[in-house]
Amino acid sequence: MRDMTLDDLQGEIGVEHLLTYADGRRRRVFAVDLEVPFPEGRLIVSRTDPSGVITQANESFVAMSGYSIDELIGQPHYILRHPDMPAAAFKDLWDTVRRGEKWTGYVKNLRKDGAYYWVFASVVPNIRDGCIVGYTSVRRKPSRRKVAEAAALYPALK
Amino acid sequence: MPLTFTVSPDFNARYLPGWYVVNTWLQRHTGESIHLEGCDDFDSLHRAMRDDRIDLVYANSFDAARLVRDHGFIAVARPHGRPDEAVVAAATRSTLNSIDDLRPGTRVATTDNPDVHMMGMIMLEPADLDASNLVVEQRPSFVLVAKSLLNGESDVGFFLAETFDELSATVRHQLRVLVRSEIQVISHLVLAHPRIGDRVDAIRRSLLLMHSDERGRAALADVGVEHWEPVDHEDVEFMIDLMVALTG
Ligand SMILES: Cc1cc2nc3c(=O)[nH]c(=O)nc-3n(C[C@H](O)[C@H](O)[C@H](O)COP(=O)(O)O)c2cc1C
Repeated sequence: MRDMTLDDLQGEIGVEHLLTYADGRRRRVFAVDLEVPFPEGRLIVSRTDPSGVITQANESFVAMSGYSIDELIGQPHYILRHPDMPAAAFKDLWDTVRRGEKWTGYVKNLRKDGAYYWVFASVVPNIRDGCIVGYTSVRRKPSRRKVAEAAALYPALK
Repeated sequence: MPLTFTVSPDFNARYLPGWYVVNTWLQRHTGESIHLEGCDDFDSLHRAMRDDRIDLVYANSFDAARLVRDHGFIAVARPHGRPDEAVVAAATRSTLNSIDDLRPGTRVATTDNPDVHMMGMIMLEPADLDASNLVVEQRPSFVLVAKSLLNGESDVGFFLAETFDELSATVRHQLRVLVRSEIQVISHLVLAHPRIGDRVDAIRRSLLLMHSDERGRAALADVGVEHWEPVDHEDVEFMIDLMVALTG
């Protein structure tokens, strides 16, 4: 996955961060303080393989992420990780879904242009013949109050 | 023993005669004897599911999830280009223009249609509303949901989008859409009981060709379906994973 560059930011000002992902890989990203509202009535849907590599994404996913579908398929889902998100949230996500259970939570996602969008996400394992063959995530427009709570809580978890 | 074909009660009631025409066509083309059982409400559908009386069913995604995961039902076909979507509407003369205008205590008129209710509730969440701070009342039909908005008994109502679009022009003009879902991947399905597994291929083949003969096309028009399209087991599993992710 390539580093973000200032050219990605569409003329906005971004703060540089160096992210280290759970698999040890690193990426330079820029976070722009600009929220893109979740579209009403839509769901953002994606699927991954068992290791978290994106295998499928719907139109709303592509539109909100700012990437093209070709830039998303085959990439680890952490392509959307925002520097403000605590690692503990994702550890809990993975621990939960690997046990075969459903995880839900409020997630701030990073767009290709450095802006962000909040979602209420549910992740479920795809269990076929008793085996986990991948994961599906559905995100919906979150409650404003819950987002405010998460935004206040997450910095303390970092 | 004739097969029992059950149709979910959540479609527009004006389609019910059409389902008899579809059933007649299907019998002629498969050589099967099939008895159509229209259900008046979800109670009778769910009783038929529990009593294991269903061989073929046109089910909404909620019931399809249970029939496939718990009873091993087999996916046969789905209506082309006809996803299940929901509308949240208010009376035009109310002061409500968007979901953001809604406050705790909002009176919601809904039906026993489980997909529409789920989608409606999801669309109220952004305004911090859920079952704990809404007054939710069930009405026997979408027409009566509309009526309760018009006479001021409820503030917002949940509708199946296609039923909303088919309300009379007079009624529709008195209603304002606050939000319409665009989920696109949730739809009704035709499913078959595993005990008729050896006959599913023939039934599926007939349904997929239905629009290529004149009578078949007419029958489809009577139930508001353009044509049937194939669904494989993984399509259905994907839809069910989505439902699981969205509910309880
Ligand atoms: C189906 C699925 C969907 C996911 N969606 C997101 C997402 O939208 N945004 C995100 O930051 N992480 C998402 N994750 C979690 C990432 O895999 C990853 O754990 C996270 O971005 C943090 O990166 P790290 O675990 O390498 O630190 C998802 C995981 C799965 C299995």
